[in-house]
Amino acid sequence: MADLRRRILNWLDERFGAGSVEEFLRHKTVPWHRHSIWYYFGGMTLFLFVVQVLTGILLLLFYRPTANEAFESSHFIMTQVRFGWLIHCVHSWSANLMILTAFVHMFSAYFLKAYRKPRELTWITGVLLFVLVLGFGFSGYLLPWNTLAFFATRVGTEMAGSVPLIGKWLLVFLRGGEEVTGATLTRFFGFHVAVLPGLVTLLLAVHLFLVQRLGMSVPPGVERRIAEGKETARFMPFFPNFLLRDIMGWYAALGVLGALAALFPWELGTKADPFVPAPAGIRPEWYFLFMFQTLKYVPAKFLFLEGEFAGLLGFALAAAVWIAVPFLDYKAGFGRVTRFFTGLGVFALVFIAVMSALALR
Amino acid sequence: MKSALASIVLVLSAPSLTAAATKDSCVSCHSTLDGKLAAPAKLFDSDIHHQAGLSCADCHGGDPTDESVDAMSTAHGFRSAPKKTQLPDFCGRCHSDGTYMRRFNPKLRTDQLSQYWTSVHGKRLKQGDVKVAACVDCHGVHNILAVADTRAPVYPTNVASTCAQCHADAHTMEGYKIPSDQVARYRSSVHAQVLAQGDTSVPTCSTCHGNHGAVPPGVDSVANVCGTCHVFFAQLFDKSPHHAAFASMGLPGCVQCHSNHEVVRPSDDWVGIGEKSVCVTCHVPGDKGYVAGQKMADDLAKLRAASARVDGVLSSAERSGMEVSSARVELADVNEALIKARVNVHTFDPEEVRKLTDQGVEISQKVYGAGVAALRERDLRRKGLGLSLLFIVFALSGLYLKIREIESPKNP
Repeated sequence: MADLRRRILNWLDERFGAGSVEEFLRHKTVPWHRHSIWYYFGGMTLFLFVVQVLTGILLLLFYRPTANEAFESSHFIMTQVRFGWLIHCVHSWSANLMILTAFVHMFSAYFLKAYRKPRELTWITGVLLFVLVLGFGFSGYLLPWNTLAFFATRVGTEMAGSVPLIGKWLLVFLRGGEEVTGATLTRFFGFHVAVLPGLVTLLLAVHLFLVQRLGMSVPPGVERRIAEGKETARFMPFFPNFLLRDIMGWYAALGVLGALAALFPWELGTKADPFVPAPAGIRPEWYFLFMFQTLKYVPAKFLFLEGEFAGLLGFALAAAVWIAVPFLDYKAGFGRVTRFFTGLGVFALVFIAVMSALALR
Repeated sequence: MKSALASIVLVLSAPSLTAAATKDSCVSCHSTLDGKLAAPAKLFDSDIHHQAGLSCADCHGGDPTDESVDAMSTAHGFRSAPKKTQLPDFCGRCHSDGTYMRRFNPKLRTDQLSQYWTSVHGKRLKQGDVKVAACVDCHGVHNILAVADTRAPVYPTNVASTCAQCHADAHTMEGYKIPSDQVARYRSSVHAQVLAQGDTSVPTCSTCHGNHGAVPPGVDSVANVCGTCHVFFAQLFDKSPHHAAFASMGLPGCVQCHSNHEVVRPSDDWVGIGEKSVCVTCHVPGDKGYVAGQKMADDLAKLRAASARVDGVLSSAERSGMEVSSARVELADVNEALIKARVNVHTFDPEEVRKLTDQGVEISQKVYGAGVAALRERDLRRKGLGLSLLFIVFALSGLYLKIREIESPKNP
């Protein structure tokens, strides 16, 4: 068996230079300290993304992205296709879990100051990937073409219209017209299966390359303790030790996905009808709730700005600060922990949690 | 020179001439008075006649340009407030004139007066009874609103309250030996409940009794009244054995079981031999009707039970997250069969009812099968999940042991 493995690796090395990859993997290490558990979330997000791609491809075999057939084809997948219910439910649940793990991964990287020099670009590509993952969630939510998705998309895209100057153009671009129609569905389908995967692949390649090249960041507190001799620097070989642990996590995630799919199947709902009024209490999915709730509290006019635009501007500024944090918190690059930025992260987390809870009330 | 002067005078006096034409001394004088005499002037603004461009003088005559008391002289054709017995003709002077009314609204009927004289109110008024309703008692006076105005006393949602002014007054009705609980009974009916929700297609007092030609429906015409809306029921009843039997006994058709004013939502308990049954009012144990009632009640109960059973299994499947929307659509066919069977009760023929209940039971069995299949599929998925989780736990244990092996101190 070992001989066969060696022969395969030699064959690949002659053609792809795989030997250098094998060599790299053999020597790659992962810092081992009390915060190492957070290192798993990046791999978990990647695993769930792969699950999304695989289940998405299977769904593509039966799904039809038109207003007349989207709901019916989803119903067909759920009821007539062998294990269609499983693929559909896993895809829906995995989407939500992926957003959750991406969120945890981003915030853990923030609090552990993994964005500091020389990992600024890793942080930036990571935040952009998170935005694209939210885009996946938003575009994918409409595809079953049910009542909740239709109205949630109408409310969500309506907000784009409040941007000054380009608002109208943006709204028409997103919807493929003035209203949410079958054209919107086809457009969102295009975003979901072509545009976003293409962008994610590019960014992910850069993100993973940077992670491999620069290694895993050690939190400043741990670095200081090691420098002061209070702690010994420990490392774990990536292959096979860390990878085996990663795989354990992936198996557990698979079990959770299977349980969710079997015990809490994703509801299809009722087919979208553009002529009925929006259901009472309509709200977006949980990952957009905090934005939805915040906009409710913004007054109709804020200074000289329209309320909705002021809210969106606020979010845009917050996102700009978030993405620029490696440059704003440059002192972290010198091992100095600035409490302000830690506090900012705590504030962001609490704000999101409180607003989401209020929206669910 | 003289003609120029005359022109100047004419031009200068033109505004005052115009002002004199629009001046209405009736309103300007009566609005300065108190109490009852001021009311017409105050109320008339909202009146439909005023909005149609009519003035006080168009009904009461007189000279609205004359600001003195002479405006109300008979020389100027003044007609004072008519006596009750004169009211119908007073209003009918215009409202019965088709040529005149056409200029305001060509669709308006002009037979109200002739209808009124055929009504109980009209006949009694002719005999001098001034307590009965005449035009102003229902339509109001000086602030008359269009029938289509929701505030009008004769708008469908307000008709019962308008009739109740007299008909719910026990003291007023005592003299006529008419009960005074009709309105109260009507308000507890399904018709009143639906009307209160804004659906004006359901009957109110005037729908069954007529409005201007108000007459209580006689025994032989009751089913005709109900049958104007409940057409299918009336047709089935007419072909049933009850039609001739009721007619020979002088019993009112629909009213015998459903009441007249207090028409409540019927229940399946009314059919058969139970406590709430209406059949046992006439039928005794052993007679044909008694047996027929029992058979129909049993069949309806069988279909209801089948529908409930299917609903239970589908709800259980839905709670487990199974997709049973197609079965739900088919369940609607079972409920439709139940509705049709209830309609067919009015044939009083158990075979006609059984035809439909058997159909419904057959569909329910098919849908029940679909529900059971969904639950079986749910159980299969859970078994599959259990097996997969077992495999995953096995894999996790294997990985854990492998990690322990490669990280054991014995391994360099």
